[in-house]
Amino acid sequence: MIALSINGKSYTVDAESDTPLLWVIRDTIGLTGTKYGCGIAQCGACTVHIDGVATRSCQVPVGTVGEKHITTIEALAQNGKLHPVQQAWLDLDVPQCGYCQSGMLMAAAALLKDKPKPTDADINAAMTNICRCGTYQRIRAAIHAAANNA
Amino acid sequence: MTSMPDLNRRSFFVSSSAAGAGLALGLTLSFAPDAARAAEVIRDTDGSPEIDAWVVIRPDDTVVIRIARSEMGQGTMTGLAQLVAEELDCDWSKVTTEFPTPGENVARKRVWGDFATGGSRGIRTSQNYVRTGGAAARIMLVQAAANAWNVPASECSAANSIITHGASGRKISYGKVAEAAAKLDPPKDVPLKDPKTWTIAGQPLKRLDTPDKLVGKTVFGIDIRKPGMLYAAVRACPVFGGKVQSFDGAAVSDMPGVKRVVKVNDAAVAVVADSWWRAKKALDALPVVWDEGPNVKVSSATIAQFLKEGLDADQAFVGNKAGDVKSALAGAAKVVQAVYAYPYQSHSPMEPMNATALYTPEHCEVWCSTQNGEAALAATAEESGLSVRKCDVHKTFLGGGFGRRGQTDFVRQAVAIAKQMPGTPVKLLWSREEDMTHDLYHPITQCKMTAGFDAAKNLIALHMRISGQSILASIAPARLENGADPVTFQGLSKGGAEGAFGYNIPNLLIDHAMRNPSVPAGFWRGVNTNHNAIYVETFIDQLANEVGEDPLAFRLKYLKPKHAAVLKAVAEKAGYGTPAPQGVYRGLAQIMGFGSYVAACAEVSVVDKQVRIHRIVGGTNCGHAVNPEQIARQVEGSFVFGLSAMLYGECTVRGGRIEQRNFDAYQVMRIDEMPKVEAIVMPDGEFWGGVGEPTIAVAAPAVLNAIAAATGKRIHSFPLKDSDLSAA
Repeated sequence: MIALSINGKSYTVDAESDTPLLWVIRDTIGLTGTKYGCGIAQCGACTVHIDGVATRSCQVPVGTVGEKHITTIEALAQNGKLHPVQQAWLDLDVPQCGYCQSGMLMAAAALLKDKPKPTDADINAAMTNICRCGTYQRIRAAIHAAANNA
Repeated sequence: MTSMPDLNRRSFFVSSSAAGAGLALGLTLSFAPDAARAAEVIRDTDGSPEIDAWVVIRPDDTVVIRIARSEMGQGTMTGLAQLVAEELDCDWSKVTTEFPTPGENVARKRVWGDFATGGSRGIRTSQNYVRTGGAAARIMLVQAAANAWNVPASECSAANSIITHGASGRKISYGKVAEAAAKLDPPKDVPLKDPKTWTIAGQPLKRLDTPDKLVGKTVFGIDIRKPGMLYAAVRACPVFGGKVQSFDGAAVSDMPGVKRVVKVNDAAVAVVADSWWRAKKALDALPVVWDEGPNVKVSSATIAQFLKEGLDADQAFVGNKAGDVKSALAGAAKVVQAVYAYPYQSHSPMEPMNATALYTPEHCEVWCSTQNGEAALAATAEESGLSVRKCDVHKTFLGGGFGRRGQTDFVRQAVAIAKQMPGTPVKLLWSREEDMTHDLYHPITQCKMTAGFDAAKNLIALHMRISGQSILASIAPARLENGADPVTFQGLSKGGAEGAFGYNIPNLLIDHAMRNPSVPAGFWRGVNTNHNAIYVETFIDQLANEVGEDPLAFRLKYLKPKHAAVLKAVAEKAGYGTPAPQGVYRGLAQIMGFGSYVAACAEVSVVDKQVRIHRIVGGTNCGHAVNPEQIARQVEGSFVFGLSAMLYGECTVRGGRIEQRNFDAYQVMRIDEMPKVEAIVMPDGEFWGGVGEPTIAVAAPAVLNAIAAATGKRIHSFPLKDSDLSAA
């Protein structure tokens, strides 16, 4: 059994220690907002925060997480208030199919924590997630908007 | 969703191998009232009355609009709701939506029409009847209020979910009269508004599905959870046409969480476990012997040779013809020729294929992301061996579709697995590797373009010979017409409302030598307009260069008016003809596809063989714009899809199988390569065109023409990553 702290709650899960954190979050805990897209850290759909750092959970063996705090998309909004990136995404109506957007939002939130006023180059470097619908233009605009509203 | 009287349902002969299950189900859309209608009010799950099939009004004035088409990002759900709400004259802030199930549609004589969502048809082929549904419901609500007040309905008006009696000033909300309205006979005469008067449709409203997509609440097929559910991982024979010879389930049955190892029809095996990761680990360890079948020696090289032979073959299906090309070319003062090749490409929606199935001997239910709910229902019935009325499919939101989810192979697999475990819901999920290597790919083609000019440099002849794969032959052979695939000629047709060839050339021949390799082809967002636009528009650009004319002026000499209008619009907005920034070059392209006229002007620089796409102005005349903001987003997104394909998209074949297995080998565009896209939405109000796909096709040729302007180099083989871009 492995103990985990996810979105401020403690869980004890039955999983092999090499199980990717993604599958524990989705299948064992049942938080399905975090998505599977590739399983090889290429697409970023599985991005969560581990101690505040944007991390591709498909490449994190659950046995290595220990006492670190995991935050998923379900807890990005706090106390009923959307995170600034969620609000900007809403204002600019960013998502299309929406499947990649959990990962995009988690990556964007971590970027703004590190760089409150990111440049386009900062966005290019941090936002390497894949969106097949092609929402990139709106994502860039929303990150800038969130930075300006913060 | 709906509770309704137990109708005496017909059982239907079904075959999901036909193009649309609707056709196979042998049903036609009818606006005759439901059989159940006269007997009693049909109620939604919460007991609220249905005014008609499209509209439920709750006592608190919430308006529930039924959406038959699938929502995969293209915004159809919001657009269709706008059309119903417009005619209903309801309060948009009170609108919510729900998806009726395909089973309910069959039981109710297809009252919601076609569920298939592809070909950019979601709105344009259903706008008339969904608007009628909204208008009919409004008429009934107004009549119910008039009845209550004992006044003529003609003295009452409706706006914003409130009915007003003008003379007395009395007002009542929809929620208060819904029960009475639901008992009325539907009106026979249902006039629709002039789109010029629209206040909800035609407006740049926000999508209805955005809030849930920001907090992880939206349920996609992959997110379905059922009590007692198990998880399945599947592996099909990597060689197309191959089968399972044997497998050793006992070798993995002791691995953690493994419940069953099952054969899935002839070609696949699956492991069922208590988590997907455990299922996948056991599947990876499972010894399988494949009978790789007759296609094991097929490779990209053998396919290319097969297609090359078709470029000069005597026999070909004619798609468009005028005059006498052969004689005109023989007598031409100047002949120009180019040969092109376009590869297989994977759809790779971000949500891999999946479906959850629950089978019992009495009933089979499926939950999945599908672009064709009725085809999924037909597949469920066929695979389960149960009649349609004992099956149903619950559609979720789709994590991308792009044409891939119009197929039902993954639904069949899920049912085949669940059937071996009666009473247990099983969620089948494909790994990305399974998804990429068992797609129905963008068809592979080559093309030989031959043009002739007379002595006065007039373009007098064009022969376009396409050699390659037919999508219909691969997935819907019943739709071939005397062996020919009319879909091959998208954007190249002589006329018609779907995709007319834009250029007036006196001697024209566009023909197709069908060559079908063993790799299956399918509808892939943009479909055949993707390569057809590249072939035509880069060649036309080359022809302009050959006679020393400006590419815009040259095109406008030959283009039909509607094609020309959108091209001129993008050229003007892009500043075509004015100096571009230092080192930046412009390129143009246009096509008619999926009923819309589209064009693009790209601005590109090439430095050290690196292409940088700075800006693209995209334009569409889609006839009517139900939501111009969402159309602009489709233009932007479609360019990403089209440019990903042009820059990187290539699935190669070796040993009868696809070599690329994940996004490391099959790259797509990311944010750092995203150009600035400016969309011109210019509906002329004269027709209803599609939105999700047409603009894809113009991004690539516009960029390629800009690259040619920058380097002098014409790219004839794709994707671009395989080309040497050094300036000629």
